[in-house]
Amino acid sequence: MAGRVKIVLQAAAVLVVALLLALLGWQVFQKDKEPDLGRAAPQFTLPQLGSDTELALASFRGKAVVLNFWASWCGPCKDEAPLLESAWSRYKDKGVVVLGVDAQDFDVDAQRFVDRAGITYPIVRDKHGSTLGHYGVTGFPETWFINAEGRLVGEHVAGPLTEEALERNIRIALGEPA
Amino acid sequence: MMRRLLAVIVVALGMVAPAAASEQNPTLPELERELICPTCHESLAASSSPIADRMRAFIRARIAAGDTKSEIKSQLVDQFGESVLAAPPKSGFNLLAWILPLAGIVLAAGVVGFLAYRWSRGRKAEEPVDPSSNGRFSLDPELERRVDEELARYDA
Repeated sequence: MAGRVKIVLQAAAVLVVALLLALLGWQVFQKDKEPDLGRAAPQFTLPQLGSDTELALASFRGKAVVLNFWASWCGPCKDEAPLLESAWSRYKDKGVVVLGVDAQDFDVDAQRFVDRAGITYPIVRDKHGSTLGHYGVTGFPETWFINAEGRLVGEHVAGPLTEEALERNIRIALGEPA
Repeated sequence: MMRRLLAVIVVALGMVAPAAASEQNPTLPELERELICPTCHESLAASSSPIADRMRAFIRARIAAGDTKSEIKSQLVDQFGESVLAAPPKSGFNLLAWILPLAGIVLAAGVVGFLAYRWSRGRKAEEPVDPSSNGRFSLDPELERRVDEELARYDA
């Protein structure tokens, strides 16, 4: 009887240690894992900056999306904003949406940034940073391009965009020759 | 008995008073220790990231405005989520983070106690005591005979 209890306790201890190791491995493997190009873009629904109205990425299905992750305290984001605003003005009638995701930020700072930069493209607030892990975002700014089928295409630009990179990837997202 | 009770009450009050003062009049250093930088995931006290600097400025402004510690933390949670707190709040699902380690310690102590009890009982069972020996250790009959022989030879 004592031997059986001992074996059960030993098995339980080994099982607990194995589960903890598996959890650790899963966490390390999952953390900030970048999605593969060509795969479906991770979906999200977030409130728009300055309002309670929610905006779902899925609502842009059928359009090319420039998905830009930014924060007001990020210096390169200030330099990049005019490029994105210019692209939005030129392409919004050609089936392209620029969507900004503001994270790790104060509401008031984000709104001030938008006002100062004269941004008119839609901005959502990811207060809890839930999208960052799904898109493998490790810093700001970072930009992904999504085609009309909702797939990640072109390049994942980790850092400030250049005008050339923005134009090239928008054409890829539209299915035009780059 | 009354003196002991009074002493316990005085000690308890001595612990509660600073906590209440800290809640009503928080300082930047204590809030820095209880908050996490959302970008680098270090303690706010150790972080020099731009958002950490902005959070410190926010905390200073809220302290100057007379907000309590809970109010300041609540405003930061509203902006950044609960991951901004160094320790999970003692409510809802997060209560598990406080209860489970204690439950683990109690369970481990119970298992160790149970095993120690079984082990001590097992050792006693391995050493049967002859009721006629009156608690004394009984020798093997052959060994007892040889000891008697040696003693007899010694006496002679």
